[in-house]
Amino acid sequence: MSAALLATRALEARYGDLQALFGIDLEARDGEVIAIIGANGAGKSTLLKTIAGLLRAPREAVRFAGEPVGGLRPGEIARRGIALVPEGRRLFASLSVEENLRMGAQCGRPGTWDLKAVYELFPALRDKSAAPATSLSGGQQQMVAIGRALMANPRLLMCDEISLGLAPIVVKGIYDALSAIAAGGLTALIVEQDVGLARHVSDRLYCLQEGRVVLSGPSDEFSRDDISRAYFGVAAQAGR
Amino acid sequence: MIGWLDTLVQGVLLGSLYALFAMGLALVFGVMRLTNVAHGDLVVLAGFAAIALAGQFDLGPLAAFACLLPLAAASGYALQRYVLNDTLGRDPLPSLVVTFGLSIVIQNVLQEIFSADPRSLSAGEIATASVRLVEGVTVGVLPLATLLAALLVAVALQWFFARTAAGSAFRATSDDRETAELMGLDARVVYASATAIAFVLIAVAGVLQAMRTTVAPADGPGLLLFAFEAVVIGGLGSFWGTFAGGLLLGVTQAIGFRLDPGWGIWLGHVVFLAVLLVRPQGLFPRTR
Repeated sequence: MSAALLATRALEARYGDLQALFGIDLEARDGEVIAIIGANGAGKSTLLKTIAGLLRAPREAVRFAGEPVGGLRPGEIARRGIALVPEGRRLFASLSVEENLRMGAQCGRPGTWDLKAVYELFPALRDKSAAPATSLSGGQQQMVAIGRALMANPRLLMCDEISLGLAPIVVKGIYDALSAIAAGGLTALIVEQDVGLARHVSDRLYCLQEGRVVLSGPSDEFSRDDISRAYFGVAAQAGR
Repeated sequence: MIGWLDTLVQGVLLGSLYALFAMGLALVFGVMRLTNVAHGDLVVLAGFAAIALAGQFDLGPLAAFACLLPLAAASGYALQRYVLNDTLGRDPLPSLVVTFGLSIVIQNVLQEIFSADPRSLSAGEIATASVRLVEGVTVGVLPLATLLAALLVAVALQWFFARTAAGSAFRATSDDRETAELMGLDARVVYASATAIAFVLIAVAGVLQAMRTTVAPADGPGLLLFAFEAVVIGGLGSFWGTFAGGLLLGVTQAIGFRLDPGWGIWLGHVVFLAVLLVRPQGLFPRTR
């Protein structure tokens, strides 16, 4: 077993007085695809935001590539190699598709991902490169959001609900692309509402409920029943 | 007929100064939604700084201006980075209060040092030089230089924002600060850079204002008002819109002055209010 690329230890997060995460222990090893599932409000997005530096965290609570990174500024975390595809895509409305993609490269990490590679992955974007990013269809906007994150040449790619509001065929296309990227050795943390899809694309999964991990282990070890019990409140301890 | 042509030309020249005021204000508002209430006072401060530099070191207006530019950029950067950034947030009130306080401080410090008397920056021969466009229409070289400067600033800003990587970083941070930070940008530095550029515009405007007419410590709020009016008339769609808003305000005032010497400023206010009522998004709003 290789050392963890990302590890959180007893990670807590809060919005003002409201505590959203209660001691999350999570690990992602090099090359793994980890799915995070759970009901609305379980803390999935909060977890990704905290790892990305958008919410405060104690320094030692998040370790990345062997170094403590909890609570660093988002830009600093991006430079170390963590990229987030945020929930709702959050494309820059006054920028064109290409300008949005180039923004992803702002952190200046070297690597194989550049405009050409993103256009090869998502050929539909090439013709739209000069169009305002928010004039695209939902699926294409999601491609821009993923491409923008890849432009940072991350070691860890985090995707927050990239299937939300998209047609199943579009979702399949996007996940096929992601699987191809992950096969190239990229580590990924994926928040996904669709449990079947999450199980299918991931090596391991974590199920969150009210800010705590209630189920974790290799994705193919759990039955749907295990997961729905964890999802809806009856804690299962399979895989431990 | 020639008389009206003259009025139009003089209005455009006057308006180019307003356009310079307005573009600095629009730049800061556009990037960080900060309304700088001290904008006019900063223009006056820049004018006085140029006068003091010219007086202390026996410099010509151009040399004083050249010394002022790096000073202005550095103080703009520092003011934003260490003071104004902390006032930004969902609530616009803290930044309004802080810049309002800054405005009062600037007025009183200037009055303490320079007294309340109006002063001007001696421009030498250029101050009175003029060229005749056609029979009956003569324009001063200095106002013409002001128009050229305003035009140059509009072109440069438009190009910078639309075509350069730093420009798209400004726009991205304006669109969505949090996501821009995810990309590796530091919004605090982006904002400070924007204010540094705005302060360069303020220095240009202050020097031209002090050469063209006079500056007095209490002039700031009046200049801020003209900048506001130009921004509202032009809309925030582009720097060209703001530029046009400034010219339109100048022309309106010139027409007012021609109708009756007491009407100039007033007619400007009337047009401003009319635009606010009929087209609150301005004449040249954002198109997408």
